Amino acid sequence: MTGARLLLRQLRYERLAFMRNPAAAFFTFFFPLIFLVIFNLIFGNEPIQLEGGETNTSTFYIPAIAAFSVINACYTGLAMSISFAREQGQLQRIAGTPLPKGSYLGAKILFMTVIGMLLVVVVTAFGLVFYSVDVPSGTLPAFLLSLVVGAAAFAALGLATTAFIPNAEAAPAVVNAIILPLLFISDVFIPLRDGAPIWLGLAGDVFPVKHLSIALQSAFDPFEQGSGLRLENLAVIAAWGIAGAIVAVRRFRWEPSR
Amino acid sequence: MTSDAAITVRDLRKSYGAIEAVRGVDLEIARGEVYALLGPNGAGKTTAVEILEGHRERDGGEVSVLGHDPARREHAFRERIGIVLQTTGVEPYLKVAEAIEQYRGYYPHPRPLDEIIELVGLSGQRDQRVRKLSGGQQRRLDVAIALAGDPELLFLDEPTTGFDPAARRQAWDMVRNLRSSGATVLLTTHYMDEAEHLADRVGVIVNGAIVAEGSPAELMALSAAATVSFRLPEGHAAILDGIEGVRGDGHGGYELRADSPTELLHELTSRALAAGSELDELRVERPTLEDVYLGLTSGADREADTEARP
Repeated sequence: MTGARLLLRQLRYERLAFMRNPAAAFFTFFFPLIFLVIFNLIFGNEPIQLEGGETNTSTFYIPAIAAFSVINACYTGLAMSISFAREQGQLQRIAGTPLPKGSYLGAKILFMTVIGMLLVVVVTAFGLVFYSVDVPSGTLPAFLLSLVVGAAAFAALGLATTAFIPNAEAAPAVVNAIILPLLFISDVFIPLRDGAPIWLGLAGDVFPVKHLSIALQSAFDPFEQGSGLRLENLAVIAAWGIAGAIVAVRRFRWEPSR
Repeated sequence: MTSDAAITVRDLRKSYGAIEAVRGVDLEIARGEVYALLGPNGAGKTTAVEILEGHRERDGGEVSVLGHDPARREHAFRERIGIVLQTTGVEPYLKVAEAIEQYRGYYPHPRPLDEIIELVGLSGQRDQRVRKLSGGQQRRLDVAIALAGDPELLFLDEPTTGFDPAARRQAWDMVRNLRSSGATVLLTTHYMDEAEHLADRVGVIVNGAIVAEGSPAELMALSAAATVSFRLPEGHAAILDGIEGVRGDGHGGYELRADSPTELLHELTSRALAAGSELDELRVERPTLEDVYLGLTSGADREADTEARP
């Protein structure tokens, strides 16, 4: 229980450090909104016919940007924040104290998860107000569950990725080189065109990004009759998360590279 | 292993690939002692200390730090030590007092916050953001954080590297304050004067092995010779006839080394008095720790060079 208490205490310092850098905090929240606005400017917010009724394209963008928000906080944000903390020697200093390592990393993960969730709330509220997005209520539990599974899995993958980031300067390059192509082939930003090579679609199927996008789309479909829960997609995401956790446990470094 | 030893090390070894960074170090540091591990860059002092801190695993040898084996990374061990690393790292957006408070929370019996801030001399920067601190202030914050758990043993890895002279003096005062509070301190440094001013005992480490150890005074005694220097007016050099080892600079200046300077001075002054000569600028100089250190390390460097040759 001490570990859990220390984790919660550690959250306070994560929050302080985040809020003391208002520019970084502002743009963290602004970033997904930019995408929502740009999508609307490029693709419009046309009414579309779906099985079961009519909605608008923004209702489609929201779960995609929700997936992007979670990945941005829990994967990109976490991997970068840990790479910087490691480079500065913060991790090594922590490793020399009695603070359980799990409490330290757990607080970072939990904090980024909360940030990811807040991003989703902000994006959804923005869509509701400005783009008449239909926010489903019956599938909300499935939506939240998918967000939580996604956050946990991408945080584990973020931790695993830091093992392959040599130094802080390399962090943005490595992380973006991994995640940006995946976002593009995973129907998050744009759907693959019909004539796209089959292997590209298959590559998207292998990695967890598309599965998170699908799970969130399903749980945000206003005409979904069931729970909207896509267990098979969540299973793929969870499997990636477990693999990430195993790599993270084995390869995680506390010392800066010298 | 004596019970009052804070650190006992026997035949410590560590290699990185083919390079032997630490080759058979023995150490015995008593509780309450300030011990300086002195050596040039790359001598293995940081590696040795990181093994004692539990940050690095050793290849061989016995290590006991406060009765713990640091390699086991026990919780109870970490509660009793404080570490100041060379690479500093504190969340830059926290305030000084918040950063120290964060670390105090990790320990069962933390030292009072105000006492720590006072001790390291950061009272004026209490509410300042960490990122706004000067280099010297950041280093003092490092020490403050290491003191958060009221450690019995403090590791200071090159505490004043890169400091200006004033900041070094302040840091030295801080270490003296620590000593008076009873903590054992193991510091590494490549400054001779630092070791001389702060340490009860100094171990000189070169090429991964301790080549000399003792109090600063004992180390200086290692090279017993004193240097006697003086000037003689032109034409008075004859009084030096029969004295061995005199080196003249050709302009009336003379220098000689003596293991027993009293005897030599007696001989010199009586000759000068008898001849009516004046020994101008007569000086007797004891070697500094720096001379001893340079002697020890240059010898070892030569040895390393020979070894490196195929």
